[in-house]
Amino acid sequence: MKKTGFLERLRDWDADRFDLTEKTAGDMHPDLSPKPLKQEIPDAPLERLATRGERAFDRLYPVLALVLGTVMIVFLFLTVLDLPPYGAADNPAHNEVTARYLGSGTAETGAVNAVAGVILDYRAFDTLGESHVLYAAITAVLILLLVQSDAPEADDPGARLMERDPILTVTASVIAPIVILFGVYNMLTGHLGPGGGFSGGAIVGAGLILLSFAFGPHRMKRIVTFRTFRIASISALCFYSVSKLYSFFCGANGLHTIFSPGTPSRILSAGLILPLNIAVGVVVSFTMYGLYSLFERGRIG
Amino acid sequence: MEYFEVLLLGLLVVCGISTCVTKNLLASLVIFLAYSVLMSILWALMKAPDLAVTEAAVGAGISGILLFITLKKLRDIRRKADDEKDRLS
Amino acid sequence: MNDFLMKLWDSRFAVAAVILFAVGFVTLLLHRNLIKKIIGLNIMDTAAYLLLTSLGYIENRLSPILRGDDTDPAHYVNPLPAGLVLTGIVVSVSVTAVLLALTIRLYRRYHSLNVDEIYKMAQKEHGV
Repeated sequence: MKKTGFLERLRDWDADRFDLTEKTAGDMHPDLSPKPLKQEIPDAPLERLATRGERAFDRLYPVLALVLGTVMIVFLFLTVLDLPPYGAADNPAHNEVTARYLGSGTAETGAVNAVAGVILDYRAFDTLGESHVLYAAITAVLILLLVQSDAPEADDPGARLMERDPILTVTASVIAPIVILFGVYNMLTGHLGPGGGFSGGAIVGAGLILLSFAFGPHRMKRIVTFRTFRIASISALCFYSVSKLYSFFCGANGLHTIFSPGTPSRILSAGLILPLNIAVGVVVSFTMYGLYSLFERGRIG
Repeated sequence: MEYFEVLLLGLLVVCGISTCVTKNLLASLVIFLAYSVLMSILWALMKAPDLAVTEAAVGAGISGILLFITLKKLRDIRRKADDEKDRLS
Repeated sequence: MNDFLMKLWDSRFAVAAVILFAVGFVTLLLHRNLIKKIIGLNIMDTAAYLLLTSLGYIENRLSPILRGDDTDPAHYVNPLPAGLVLTGIVVSVSVTAVLLALTIRLYRRYHSLNVDEIYKMAQKEHGV
């Protein structure tokens, strides 16, 4: 292998290196193109667009884009001049809704962290939709990137090299447990302080990704497989939907409910917020790991 | 405190512009991660700690990982195509 | 003039958000590179979140994590924009993931990140 300097290697990532070169022109991926495209796209550089209208549009496009951008910025600046000053207490955004959420939020939801009370109790429907957006996103990525499971293992020398890298392995085995522990802590104390299901889940997912980087897919199979991914995400989403359904029908507007707010600032308080945080955290962490795995290897687990 | 805010905002704008101007994709990604971290510090200053934690984990962590993995994948595809071209010619 | 500058200073976060939004918008429109377009979209997202969060801030108040029995709304900043933006951040990362997956598929097929080249090749392929 040829020895290359750092700058030389950095140049490998130049934006125009990724564009169509004469070397790669007309060389399509064989699995994805049923008909041979080689005859249709010659090796010679592609000629410009044919019709006059399209050429005129090509030339006018940057000008039009700049004009549109400038007009938009002028209008936005005019709007900014009418905005209330930053940090003012009489900003119309601070109305009776905020006062209600802050004033009686702890008594009604049991959450000390007002943001957790808002997103997981008063407006839990939004959060339900958000979890489903994540799930829909990973489904779309799954459709786009999944390779056949009977295809031979992708031969990636870089990944194998990294598995044996002692610096990465030792560092990951020290750091990853701490990262995952912090994520779980974040998830479990979402109603008491900053954090919650989303950030905690993302941190746990990042820890799993770090482990996968260091120890490779074979050893990660002991922790996460496609089966665990499916079971965990689906059951967390279903638990979220069912418990919120119960709460919408039976617990809204101060009706009697079996989930009491408890004593604020205890770990086991705030009614449904703690289990919902855990459910959201499970969905987010598995989704983040699944996204990484799909991008890196074309399969989950 | 106000001057610190303005310093951070200025850095944010500089990072945003240089992300979009840089020709090298890897460098532009690294600058984008710096932008995310600056944004999370600003949110911590704005008394929104939940947002700061989430942005530091999601914006600087997960988005960055996904973008890096994508670039690596694209380079692998390009190298494979180049190798095949070399072998054929 | 001085008045105008004072006004801009008073809403400095909104000014920065507008500039960042414009930077992202122009990148989205003018750059041919797909990865750059995705980064521009992300910058636009964060600019909008910056504006929303800055509208929820009130000077000399505490973060919306209630201390003891102090439930006076006049002591805390507005928790509502934070809740909205928290939802938005996670949605934006899902959008980024889907866009990146589409980019990988396009690159596998056309070996280019340039939108114009991809468009031209797709036209040729379908015989338009």
